[in-house]
Amino acid sequence: MQRLLLDIGYTIRGFLETFGSSQLFLVRIILDLPYALKRPSLIVKQVYNAGVQSLVIIMLSGLFVGMVLALQGYNTLTRFGAADTLGVVAALALVRELGPVVTALLFAGRAGTALTSEIGLMRATDQLTAMEMMAVDPIKRVVVPRFLGGVIAMPLLALIFSAMGIFGAWLEGVIFLKIDEGAFWTQMQAQVDLQEDVMSGIIKSFFFGVAASLLAVFEGYNSVPTAEGVGRATTRAVVLTSLSVLILNFMLTAWLMGEA
Amino acid sequence: MAVEAARVPAAAQDENNIIVIRDLWYSRGPNRIFQGLDIDIPRGKVTAIMGPSGTGKTTLLRLMTGQELPDRGSILFDGEEVTKMSRRAMYDMRRRVGMLFQNGALLTDLNVYENVAFPLREHTKLPERLIRHIVLTKLHAVGLRGTWHMMPSELSGGMARRVALARAIVMDPEVIYYDEPFVGLDPISMGVVVRLIRRMNDALGLTSVVVTHDVEEVSSIADRTYLLSEGKVVASGTPEDLQSNCSAVVMQFMNGMADGPVPFHYPAPDYGEQLLARDKD
Repeated sequence: MQRLLLDIGYTIRGFLETFGSSQLFLVRIILDLPYALKRPSLIVKQVYNAGVQSLVIIMLSGLFVGMVLALQGYNTLTRFGAADTLGVVAALALVRELGPVVTALLFAGRAGTALTSEIGLMRATDQLTAMEMMAVDPIKRVVVPRFLGGVIAMPLLALIFSAMGIFGAWLEGVIFLKIDEGAFWTQMQAQVDLQEDVMSGIIKSFFFGVAASLLAVFEGYNSVPTAEGVGRATTRAVVLTSLSVLILNFMLTAWLMGEA
Repeated sequence: MAVEAARVPAAAQDENNIIVIRDLWYSRGPNRIFQGLDIDIPRGKVTAIMGPSGTGKTTLLRLMTGQELPDRGSILFDGEEVTKMSRRAMYDMRRRVGMLFQNGALLTDLNVYENVAFPLREHTKLPERLIRHIVLTKLHAVGLRGTWHMMPSELSGGMARRVALARAIVMDPEVIYYDEPFVGLDPISMGVVVRLIRRMNDALGLTSVVVTHDVEEVSSIADRTYLLSEGKVVASGTPEDLQSNCSAVVMQFMNGMADGPVPFHYPAPDYGEQLLARDKD
């Protein structure tokens, strides 16, 4: 029993230490932002790596999530004679919740792991030390552009995910299940509010982008410089990002809806 | 632990020495790596720092370049105390030095040309034409101008180290540190690197610090040699001085004897007792 309590204590302490260190790391990144902004080519390259390279998985996932959403929604809505509202249901679910959250989880698995392992391997192969020895700050040159690339890419990916999801819902609902196309689109246009719904999804995905990119670069930069250390850092980055996104999602939803 | 700079005698600040280390103490956990180390690196010469594996040769390089702080002692670089430098002063000092890492440490997302151009792009605003000229000149000096378009993964170990050498000299440093430059090289590559170190040193007027345990190779190019053991300098002088040194430690190292003052066996409990006590483990 005592051992169990000790283990729980160590786990909580470890979590708090990681949280504190990552926040200090974020402060350092923010202080170094002006340097990176002076060299936009470095950021563009990272937006390409984190964003464009993730497009296929994001688009395919969005398409199938939208199709499943339409299928499930259709079965439920027809019981109440409200099948025509399928477009609204799918669009609201996608732009407010599924788009930002699923994109962030996919981002953690695709771009986040790539960031962590790349920076971890740079640490393990002395590339970061070599930069230090060339009087180049690795935080400014390596970490900040990758962080910014992730933060910029995430909302764009979430929007593409939602768009593909809506297309999937249309494909399943209108083409396969034969619901009225006019009702599908007009109800969606009438009910989905740009400010309240679409913007709230973009705001969420911005915060998820900060969390996912920060944890990915933080874990990579602080990884133990061995093969095992980089592997552990990558796993930790995915686990922590997934948990952070889900917890943040609840907090942001409560804040954006104006309710506690 | 707070860094206490030792008082540096006037003789040590001799202008002929670009780096002066005095009474250097450094521990890692319970292990004492250095116990009062004194070393002078003469300007314009090739200085070899040798010693058995685990004596802290690479750690000494890290201390000399300010990557780690000693427990106590002084490291002067051209009269400036490295252990008390601010981050900005440290970066200024590092712009005056180059370092060749054991594995080359080339940036794997950049090709050979961009790797060599990296310090120029970061620290200067030179026009592309001049950068191209400098990069190709340095690559030509290490014999690898033809590899400018290749990625680090396409290079052999020896080639990667030569490209890293080109990168280390691209800013025309005053001092260049070599961390085990001969490890893992075939005889041809090793010969090339050995000759390059000497040739670069003389042609560019550098000061070279070579950390190694390859006695034969470094003896052929070093002007001065320090032999470290158990945290101290046990012998110093020209490679010939060390060859003729009768000290047991020096003889064991220079002649590659398996056992001697540096024991073959790592400290362990009694062999028989440990074998019989397996049930207790």
